[in-house]
Amino acid sequence: MRVRVTITRRDEIADPQGAAVERGLRDLGFGDVTGVRINRIIDLTVDDDDEAAVEAQVAEMCQKLLANPVMEDFAISVGTPA
Amino acid sequence: MRVAVVVFPGTNCEYDALHALSAVGAEAELAWHRETDLSGADGVVLPGGFAHGDYLRTGAIARFSPVMAEVERLADDGAPVLGICNGFQILCEAGLLPGVLLQNRGLRFICRPVDVRVESTGSILTRAATVGQTLRIPLNSYEGNYTAPAAEFSAIEAKHQVVLRYSDRAGVVDGSTNPNGSMGNAAGVANESGNVAGLMPHPERASERILGSRDGLVVFESFVASAIPAHV
Repeated sequence: MRVRVTITRRDEIADPQGAAVERGLRDLGFGDVTGVRINRIIDLTVDDDDEAAVEAQVAEMCQKLLANPVMEDFAISVGTPA
Repeated sequence: MRVAVVVFPGTNCEYDALHALSAVGAEAELAWHRETDLSGADGVVLPGGFAHGDYLRTGAIARFSPVMAEVERLADDGAPVLGICNGFQILCEAGLLPGVLLQNRGLRFICRPVDVRVESTGSILTRAATVGQTLRIPLNSYEGNYTAPAAEFSAIEAKHQVVLRYSDRAGVVDGSTNPNGSMGNAAGVANESGNVAGLMPHPERASERILGSRDGLVVFESFVASAIPAHV
């Protein structure tokens, strides 16, 4: 089963890359832009058709490795069977 | 004191660390990251570099190297555990130290000597130093911006866990002496009991006169002075 994990840095944690991109956008003339954040998408396949079991397994992967609980949140989207 | 200097794939400061440790009288040996027994060591150093390529996040994969179970055991036993630069990042990822190291404010790789002020002598980084003393030590990092959630950082400050701060030579700590955006100018942070600590600057690169500074030696002297007496 195909899974997409979206990892986002919490609002209260600084994002120097997002801030730099925001400055770049302003320099390009997009003066209305605010709140630019650079996040991360990880796609993976789990060999299991049980959606709930896959989601639970991927949540554990996020807690242990894919996300840093000190600064990041994660969202899991389980897709159609591969 | 017997010290294990851990080598991950991508570590590149292990020989410098060995050299500095031997200069302060420690018997230091390299330990490969797949090592599962550090029972011969009284303390451990995680040196700088780019462990496992720093993929995903700095230190994220290194924290699952087999040797880390032994590093955690030593930390729990109260033995000195020191992380330098990438080693500091690994200790944060492993949860042995609070907080996280983000990209530098300004997104610039910083490679230059910085001054740090000793804030507390209650850690393995600073036991042999003097409060208020400044040390000139090279900083060499892109992800050295120490950050924690606001409430957690307040607690870290309240417990005097920020043991080194970026300053000027005279010891003035302010925004102008903060090279990378670290909260509270934190350059070195310890756990609550002080036996686990990390710093972003490289004290081993300031460990003899020919390197331009010997200020980093006091970090290694502090580390050796922190060995648990029964283990010495």
